[in-house]
Amino acid sequence: MLEEILGIAFIFVITVLLAIPLGKYIAKVYSGQSTWLDFMSPLEKIIYKICRINPKKEMTWQEHLTALLTINLIWFLWMMVVLMNQGWLPLNPDGNPSMSADLAFNTAISFLVNCNLQHYSGETGVTYLSQLGGLMFMQFVTAATGMAAGAIVFKAMKEHQTTQLGNFYDYFLKSCTRILLPISLVSAIILVFNGTPMNWEGKAAITTLQGDSVQVSRGPAAAMIAIKQAGTNGGGYFGVNSSHPLENPNYLTNIVENILIILIPIAFVFALGFYLNRKKLAWMIFGVMTLGFLLLLSTSVYFEMQGNPALTKMGIHQSLGSMEGKEIRFGAAASALWGITTTTTSNGSVNAMHDSMTPLSGAMQMIDMMINALYGGVGVGFLNFYVFIIIAVFISGLMVGRTPEFLGKKIEAKEMKIATLVALLHTFLILCFTALASYVFTKDTSVGWLNNPSFHGFSEMLYEYTSSSANNGSGFEGLADNNPFWNITCGIVLILSRYLPIIGPVAIAGILANKKYIPESEGTLKTDTTTFGFMVFAVIFIIAALSFFPALALGPLAEFFTL
Amino acid sequence: MKRSQSVSLFQWDMTKTAMIESFIKLNPATMFRNPVMFTVEIGTVVMFFVCLQIAFGGDTSQGSLAYNIAIFVVLLLTLLFANFAEALAEARGKAQADSLRKTREDTPAKVIRAVGQLKVNELQIMPSSQLEKGDIFICEAGDIIPSDGEIIEGLATIDESAITGESAPVIREAGGDKSSVTGGTKVLSDHIKVKVTTQPGESFLDKMIALVEGASRQKTPNEIALTILLAGFTLIFVIVCVTLKPFADYANTPIAISAFIALFVCLIPTTIGGLLSAIGIAGMDRALRANVITKSGKAVETAGDIDTLLLDKTGTITIGNRKATHFWPTAGVTEEQFTLAAMYSSLADETPEGKSIIELGLQKGTKLPTMPANAEMIKFTAETRSSGVNLPKNIKIRKGAQDAIRMMVERAGNAFPKDTSDKVREIATNGGTPLVVSENDKVLGVIELQDVIKPGIQERFERLRKMGVKTVMVTGDNPLTAKYIATVAGVDDFIAEAKPEDKMNYIKAEQANGKLVAMMGDGTNDAPALAQADVGVAMNSGTQAAKEAGNMVDLDNDPTKLIEIVEIGKQLLMTRGTLTTFSIANDVAKYFAIVPALFVTSIPALQSLNIMQLSSPQSAILSAVIFNAIIIPLLIPLALRGVAYKPIGASALLRRNLLLYGVGGLIVPFLGIKLIDLLVGVWL
Repeated sequence: MLEEILGIAFIFVITVLLAIPLGKYIAKVYSGQSTWLDFMSPLEKIIYKICRINPKKEMTWQEHLTALLTINLIWFLWMMVVLMNQGWLPLNPDGNPSMSADLAFNTAISFLVNCNLQHYSGETGVTYLSQLGGLMFMQFVTAATGMAAGAIVFKAMKEHQTTQLGNFYDYFLKSCTRILLPISLVSAIILVFNGTPMNWEGKAAITTLQGDSVQVSRGPAAAMIAIKQAGTNGGGYFGVNSSHPLENPNYLTNIVENILIILIPIAFVFALGFYLNRKKLAWMIFGVMTLGFLLLLSTSVYFEMQGNPALTKMGIHQSLGSMEGKEIRFGAAASALWGITTTTTSNGSVNAMHDSMTPLSGAMQMIDMMINALYGGVGVGFLNFYVFIIIAVFISGLMVGRTPEFLGKKIEAKEMKIATLVALLHTFLILCFTALASYVFTKDTSVGWLNNPSFHGFSEMLYEYTSSSANNGSGFEGLADNNPFWNITCGIVLILSRYLPIIGPVAIAGILANKKYIPESEGTLKTDTTTFGFMVFAVIFIIAALSFFPALALGPLAEFFTL
Repeated sequence: MKRSQSVSLFQWDMTKTAMIESFIKLNPATMFRNPVMFTVEIGTVVMFFVCLQIAFGGDTSQGSLAYNIAIFVVLLLTLLFANFAEALAEARGKAQADSLRKTREDTPAKVIRAVGQLKVNELQIMPSSQLEKGDIFICEAGDIIPSDGEIIEGLATIDESAITGESAPVIREAGGDKSSVTGGTKVLSDHIKVKVTTQPGESFLDKMIALVEGASRQKTPNEIALTILLAGFTLIFVIVCVTLKPFADYANTPIAISAFIALFVCLIPTTIGGLLSAIGIAGMDRALRANVITKSGKAVETAGDIDTLLLDKTGTITIGNRKATHFWPTAGVTEEQFTLAAMYSSLADETPEGKSIIELGLQKGTKLPTMPANAEMIKFTAETRSSGVNLPKNIKIRKGAQDAIRMMVERAGNAFPKDTSDKVREIATNGGTPLVVSENDKVLGVIELQDVIKPGIQERFERLRKMGVKTVMVTGDNPLTAKYIATVAGVDDFIAEAKPEDKMNYIKAEQANGKLVAMMGDGTNDAPALAQADVGVAMNSGTQAAKEAGNMVDLDNDPTKLIEIVEIGKQLLMTRGTLTTFSIANDVAKYFAIVPALFVTSIPALQSLNIMQLSSPQSAILSAVIFNAIIIPLLIPLALRGVAYKPIGASALLRRNLLLYGVGGLIVPFLGIKLIDLLVGVWL
């Protein structure tokens, strides 16, 4: 019991200890200061030269967004081509077929938006070319896209009055070469040493002790697993993700992979503090995020370690906690921790079956994704939090009798309009699409999506859209989702919920950056205080969590109370 | 007549008008301006049809008729309460304005009109309501001035107590900065010719009444931003309620229409939505109560954001006149001797300075000398720049500025003593005014006059500093004097030897740094600066140009009024912010009341969510809606009076308001709904 708790406490503490220096480093990278990774700059220069990009050219926020969206469109087309033709392209030792159009659309979109919702299984659905040249490539560039968007907002928050917010490609490429690549490289090596495959061979035939013959998939797994964890991607190499013994061989790799999930998202918050030289602000943000995170985590860990009450009633001893769908080498607590970290960061990799977790753990994971701003995805998690800050600043600014201002910039109608729309979008997508699915299912239950009808089935649908809208990518599984309805609706949700929450905050930050800077006075509301932190927390809780209360009541809560 | 500062909130006549108004305001066309309440109106109409269907269509799936009617009535009340809040605020503002307007009821005006073909000017008597802009009328002692205007000829003492409540008469004259007269005030002496400056119905007061009445009331920028946020919240809850239908169908849980509407109305921020316009009107009303006419609601709001306040020294920081504080006799003159001479020199001096010299002498224990019968008073003239008295036995006592006396003394062949000239310099350095006294062309010593800082002004500046407002003193004094007074009074900065353009430049410089600046002025040469300032308050006694340039007019001509205006602005924003927080925090309890009630019949396990232990689903829903409705009238007093502003720094203020209205907003509805449930339980 205690060991397990200490294990997860260790993971969290180590992450924070690593995140602070990493944050300082990220701040240096984005502000263009020299770092020990400057030896990467010849490589960067070659890339700029080939692409004919001048990384010194300053961009306005509109130009940034144009660059971001254009490059994303090209990647989408590339993905579609690779996935729909992988069957006859090289690097296909297992002879896996090309994808159908709707599955390719879903997969391309899902990797494009850093979600990695997988309606296919890695062993049979994709080839090594797709894994590396398609999926893993996307895991780098989409993570870097989110980080670059975060860097634009950093820059906008720093400047007194300007339209020039740095260069998108500069932020983007440095995110890859200076941050993601080194972290992934180190982690992949640790994984390889612990048994994760990194080769080009096809399936291996193994005869088990019982004498059965088993086909074990292999391939270039370690490289992809490292970046899928570090870039809050989550799309596993194997179908069952990090519960697979080759994807996550032991408790040590579990620690490494779990740290990678939240490392960059937390470091990003500290990076803000170093970048703006407002460390108190960073601690306020970190405090709010951590408060929410720990509330969700402790609930989930408690119920997982408690065991399933239905089994307890039957007199079954559950000293290991609720172990259905979990790996014995990780245990209940570490599985619960993974479940909460992966949903809090829009990572979406799993080391246990979320569908099998106790109802309230499922609820916590969903709330985590519904809020989608506690640490959040790399770069974009901070953007979501930024929107909540704007709303909190507005209300509390009024409460102290002044036109609200954030870091010396007045928040007015235009910014409120954008912030409100972004905050609304997530609720809109999750609830409306779940409603649509419920309606379709109620009308004709023969569509056969749900293996578990009743409350749990509802949770599965709610989870799927919540995960899509949060660009998370984990699934409650148990839901038959590889069919046109789910592939297409999830694809739509994914696109909307990726780009609008990037466009919105970047636009707000860009507009604010161009406003006149108002020096701080006694009457100015300070945003780096505990009081303001509680205000932000309340705004997040009431907007993001409460609007889902009726839905949660019909899903996990109803299941919990009837168990 | 200081108008009705303590009007009780619910006076019967106002309440009656407001009640009637609240029904008239149900008109969807007016309701549409307020998106939150408009959606409530739609819900109410739907409920009305649901009731009709149950009554005549025999629908049994929606619950009992009485219950549905109860929901309908409560929703209607919610609307009426919100309308009532707005109407009451309007009524109070109007009553306030009316009492001002009464002062200018039809009075006969003696108008000079060019008549006949020869265009001979002739005096006509006509009612003031027919006066047009540009008309010229005459007022003599005893006349009530028929309209606002500018004196173009003459000088008069005027009793402005009808407007300002101040009983001391004031002097208004043509040409200067005090040339404006206000309709309704009374000429006490002399004879003036006045030109009408406003079209009937277009005076500032008329404009303000229009603002209060709603026709030309525009939403202020902050109000617009808040409305957007509230509309956003409303939309979220539209989504929550609409999607609940398929969810419930999936779970085989039929939900009555009344429950959907109840959930929706309870969740959307009706409390702030219903009170929002009332808060805005009340802000203007509070300004009017402080005898300030605002030309727009925005100006009041901007006042709350002011960073820099430009204040004239005289009248704001110091009491208008200087006072004698010390007698400094020169070497060889005793203090008694000098005091006596100083008092003799001031016996006939009616100026406040002269009186203060007598006072200081009396304080020093010298008896008031009596004027000998054949003494001769020497009046101050611009030529001699000194005054005094010629006593019998050929004693000539003079008092005046240093250079005037020095000239006189040196012309008579006497030396100006060095200790006195040193003292004179010292006094000037300390911000004082030296007055040298001589007897028979020999210097006796110097009287020190000092500005008297208004009592309590330091505390007010401290208060402003805590609000984050920087105070700047504007004075014509030399920099040394200005600095001294600035330090003593505790202002943050000063502009010495100020010319009108200095104010303008200072304002521009501050604005370039992103600050909002407020100032007060009265002269025509203040007009550009008043227009440039973000909040320009013109004194009512000031020129028409100044009044046109500013965005507020202070009827009391009180320079410290700016401080009050800043607080009114802050109160306005705070009231909005705190009620928004309260309104949204209420949602937590309402969720816990309604959500279990919706599902508990078909999913009995969800009874565990009914943490308030409400007696039945119907009672839970009804209690939540009733709470939602009655909280509006309960908060009307707060909305109209405003949340009290305490200058304790922004963070402390946020903490205080979060505790009061945030945490309070969480707890109050839990208690309120439970209480109502207990009462409703009896009835059900």
